[in-house]
Amino acid sequence: MHSKYLIVGSSHAALEGATAIRLIDSDGTLAMLTRDARLPYSPTILPYVVSGRSRPDKVKLRDESYFRANAIDFVSDATVASLDPAQQSLCLVSGETRRYDKLLIATGAAPALPPVPGLREVPYHVLRSMNDAVGLHEAMQHAKSALVLGAGLIGMHAAENMAEARIGVCVVEMQRHALSGYFEPRASTIIERTFTRNGIRMLMGRTLQRVERAGEGCRATLSDGSTIEADLLLVCTGVKPNMDFLAGSGIETEAGILVDDRMRTSAPNVWAAGDVAQARGFWGDKVLNGILPNAVEQGRIAGLDMADDAGLQPFPGAVPLNTYSFFGQQAISVGRAHADDGVDVKESGDDDKGVYRRIALKDGKLIGIATINDFIDAGVMWQLILRGTDLSAVRDKFIADPMLTGRQLMSQTWR
Amino acid sequence: MAKCFSTLQFHPERCDGCIECMTACAQAKAGTDDLRFSRIRILPSINGSGHELALCRQCADPVCVMNCPSGALTKNADTGVVDWAGDKCVDCLLCTAGCAYAGIVYEAEVGHVSKCDMCDGAPACVAACKNGALEHRTEARLFNGFAEKEDMFCPGLAACHGCNSELLIRHTMRMVGPDSVVAAPPGCIPGMGTVGYNGQTGAKVPIFHSLLTNTATMLAGVKMQYNRVGREVIAVALSGDGGTADAGFQSVSGAAERNDPILFICVDNEGYMNTGMQASGVTPYGSWSSTTPVGGAMQGKRTEAKNLPVIMTMHNCSYVATASPAFLEDYYAKLAKAIEVSKTGMAYLHVYTPCPTGWRFPSSMTTEVCRMQVRTNFVALWEYDPENGLRFTHKVDRPEPVSNYLKMIGKYRHLSEEQVAHIQRTVDDKIAYLDQLTKIETHAAASAH
Repeated sequence: MHSKYLIVGSSHAALEGATAIRLIDSDGTLAMLTRDARLPYSPTILPYVVSGRSRPDKVKLRDESYFRANAIDFVSDATVASLDPAQQSLCLVSGETRRYDKLLIATGAAPALPPVPGLREVPYHVLRSMNDAVGLHEAMQHAKSALVLGAGLIGMHAAENMAEARIGVCVVEMQRHALSGYFEPRASTIIERTFTRNGIRMLMGRTLQRVERAGEGCRATLSDGSTIEADLLLVCTGVKPNMDFLAGSGIETEAGILVDDRMRTSAPNVWAAGDVAQARGFWGDKVLNGILPNAVEQGRIAGLDMADDAGLQPFPGAVPLNTYSFFGQQAISVGRAHADDGVDVKESGDDDKGVYRRIALKDGKLIGIATINDFIDAGVMWQLILRGTDLSAVRDKFIADPMLTGRQLMSQTWR
Repeated sequence: MAKCFSTLQFHPERCDGCIECMTACAQAKAGTDDLRFSRIRILPSINGSGHELALCRQCADPVCVMNCPSGALTKNADTGVVDWAGDKCVDCLLCTAGCAYAGIVYEAEVGHVSKCDMCDGAPACVAACKNGALEHRTEARLFNGFAEKEDMFCPGLAACHGCNSELLIRHTMRMVGPDSVVAAPPGCIPGMGTVGYNGQTGAKVPIFHSLLTNTATMLAGVKMQYNRVGREVIAVALSGDGGTADAGFQSVSGAAERNDPILFICVDNEGYMNTGMQASGVTPYGSWSSTTPVGGAMQGKRTEAKNLPVIMTMHNCSYVATASPAFLEDYYAKLAKAIEVSKTGMAYLHVYTPCPTGWRFPSSMTTEVCRMQVRTNFVALWEYDPENGLRFTHKVDRPEPVSNYLKMIGKYRHLSEEQVAHIQRTVDDKIAYLDQLTKIETHAAASAH
């Protein structure tokens, strides 16, 4: 089988890549391969499937009629085994060969398991695919206690879901604080306290020494010597890009697939985007930036470049960004709010009321902002960072009310 | 073909910050005066001198939709609105990270993200705005309708880069339709290929290349012949200003006086642009042209442009109107009237069409130049019929100084301050004169009291 455009993956980066290609080229043959058995869905929705708030059949991002209308050959249950850039062909696990003129790798990431002795001998869950989510949702119906390993976004989300399902939850995190990738300790502490108030044991700064089977569940021994027994073990200790099939392809990789500002890999006619891609960071070295808005942007750039769009704006650089809801509260982080190297930092809020704000400026420009229960427009803040808008003249106003000042600047500057 | 959609336009210069739009929105969407429920947000400017807006733009490629992991946000292909489905939303706020305009936001009091839904096509905020600072722009409806009509000209007309006369005649003839006959005297419109070359015409309807001097009478005669054989056609003249105001004037004047049943459109680019930019009777004072040069003796045209559309009203023909390609909704309304009127009497449309080649401005700026003509009152948009007299159709309350218009255009580059002041005075006088005409009590108006 040959197609002009071949996309591997079916989540945000892949879908925006396909949309972008179709903006420019309405009839070049386009195939999308996914190893999943389902129509496209977002990994971000999975915690809500776990909680039962979203039903697995109600969260698809595209349906068959979309693929028909856009002449996209959507192929599920198709796992790639290897890539030969010289031949411009992919080999699938099924033995089938797929040839392409242009290839987009948007295979995302898979759970990374920590090297804990005994882990592979006990029943454990991860949360990255719809099957994982459905499996975890079912397991929660019988569990009375749960151990969540890792206090990143997925682990925290899942822990909240379990607590709301009246399961006794314990979260173990190697770092000293939860969500340390997005928030500095004071903010993390506010979030952790909310979890504690909701009956979740937050064991930060600890690792698992070993884990063993105990009845239907497991018994874990922590680095502080204590032990925890749980009916259910969920491992959320980060992810690693899905790029094993590149072995022998010669495509350059580090932590992910290295790409330039047009999402081109080191091989001709091969692009990569989303969680699998390692692209320029806004402040320097190439980074993995495994967040949904980043996948959307990179997928779109890759698609436009694949279709030779003359007006393509290259990637401005990855900015870490997240919006996080927990127990009806909101935490938002854009850029490097936790930076403290020679930056003008302003912190305010009321820890007891769970209100927090931290603004980091450098040379009069915003480099990061994080808030809890204090809404800011993340999209406007992101633009202020990307555009390098000079805030020197309005510094005090911005610090006093970043949401209002941000909107005023937006309306004036990019009306 | 892609569809166009209605939109909300904000005119910050008209906003006084009364925020009644916000109250109206909160009432319409949540039945409360609590402004946190409003989906439109008017803000004071940072320097306190005006007002700013945060509102959903209903983007064509909405990043909020792309960022939504649950399928709660979708772009509605029929209405163009970015729809939000509350039952699918999981409150993750990632949509807010995709919006550069603060158009979808979270308020704790509301409990979920909210955004403008255009009130099903009747925005409450617009109805509440007493200053006209918010406008519901519905021209998209026109464009969608026009896209379905047949273009009466062939592809490949060779107008200059940035010329809007080609667009104008294509749009005009789409509306006039196939049951028509067109007269095109010498000028840019035949020059771009409409009357043909190599034995073929550039139009899909009968078109003839009349003389500069006889367009209106010849067209009226053709129309008479069609009437005689029992065929109803719209007889249209697509003439330049030379073929109307100068050499063509006696025949236009005669047809208007007889109220011949034709639609005469003057495409006014202020001179003979097709033959080397010579001045015409409607070339404005001060303009550089090849016959009104700039040098030691002359600083552009010394005399004023004659106000041809006003002169046409003095003929008491059935309909006279001015129009600008930057105000198409206004033009289409007048064109529809003119087509109807031309079945029984003469309709005269005077369309001001700036010429990037002859006037010396960048070809990308044509529509901006058109817009600025109206914003400065250099061009006034009005219509006239003998029953109701003259009325403005787009009155400009706070016109910009005419210098803002003049400085966009190369043919005025040499103007002295005195000349600019003179032009400003004539513009003011012209508006004052037209204003007086609007106040004349016609018999129809008097008997309506």
